[in-house]
Amino acid sequence: MNRDQALFEFLLRMGDSTLILSHRISEWCGHAPVIEEDIALANTALDLIGQTQFWLELAGEVEGKGRTADNLAHLRDAWDFRNLLLVERPNGDFGKTLMRQFLFDVWQSLMLAKLKGSSDQRIADIAEKASKEVAYHVERSANTVISLGDGTEESHQRMQDALEDLYPYVGEMFIGDKVDEVLVKAGIAPDPASLRAEYDRIVGDVMYKATLQLPEDDFAHQGGKTGRHTEHLGYILADMQFLQRAYPGAEW
Amino acid sequence: MSNEWPLWEVFIRGQHGMSHRHVGSLHAADAESAMMNARDVYTRRNEGVSIWVVEAAHIAASAPGDKGPLFEPANSKVYRHPTFFDIPDDAGAM
Repeated sequence: MNRDQALFEFLLRMGDSTLILSHRISEWCGHAPVIEEDIALANTALDLIGQTQFWLELAGEVEGKGRTADNLAHLRDAWDFRNLLLVERPNGDFGKTLMRQFLFDVWQSLMLAKLKGSSDQRIADIAEKASKEVAYHVERSANTVISLGDGTEESHQRMQDALEDLYPYVGEMFIGDKVDEVLVKAGIAPDPASLRAEYDRIVGDVMYKATLQLPEDDFAHQGGKTGRHTEHLGYILADMQFLQRAYPGAEW
Repeated sequence: MSNEWPLWEVFIRGQHGMSHRHVGSLHAADAESAMMNARDVYTRRNEGVSIWVVEAAHIAASAPGDKGPLFEPANSKVYRHPTFFDIPDDAGAM
């Protein structure tokens, strides 16, 4: 695998993860428990769409086959997506959505902090811009996880259930492969495993404040980063891609 | 007891040197989340550089019924407005 091939894969992993999570959160639009949270979730979804545009546009450029960010988002099938399995998990209740968001936000903020020092200036620039948005996301999701975890008996139980359900999807974020090896060597991206200690520290701290118990089992589902997805991604794509598939080339 | 979160009034300062202006209200469980909600609801289009949130219950307000005694006495006192002075052009906008 040469450098550009690895870079293309990596950019898809970044862009597809933000794209699919953005779509998932946008499903809350008009349905959140209170209007303030509704707006906040929509804002986060829009931030993530903005980041997706940067990642996928650069991916298309690196690939060199003339594909735009829109082409990549709307005209690939599930096995060509490289997003983390975590972000395609169903929303569940509001608390579970925010738990998933928090588990992702912490990873993303650590990843972007490293990417700001990437040897590839285009990546460093995207990371610089995105990390301000993500700093806010992580503050917001952490606060909500703490409030609901350390809230009523029912909210605590729901958050504990959400954590146990989602935690097996955390490990995938830190498992490296050939793609990462090439990029680490080129100074473009960090070794995913190198983010784990800091991640565990931050997540552990928030879970402690939220009075939630981290599962001890470290089992990790994986496959998203190489195109092996859960059944949920197909439904997301059917929803997201319908318009471009039914009316090819349609524009606003 | 109400299940609703308390109401907060939101004040935004548009730019440095200006004063905070009331922009609206929202519901939130505590000051910290009121601040975040204010950020999301009222500053999405780059409206501000500073946010204040105040729990609405802490604002003492004049009663609409007191409008007469409070404000009408000022009505007939035009001499309290500086409208009888000629403002030199050099002074610029007042």
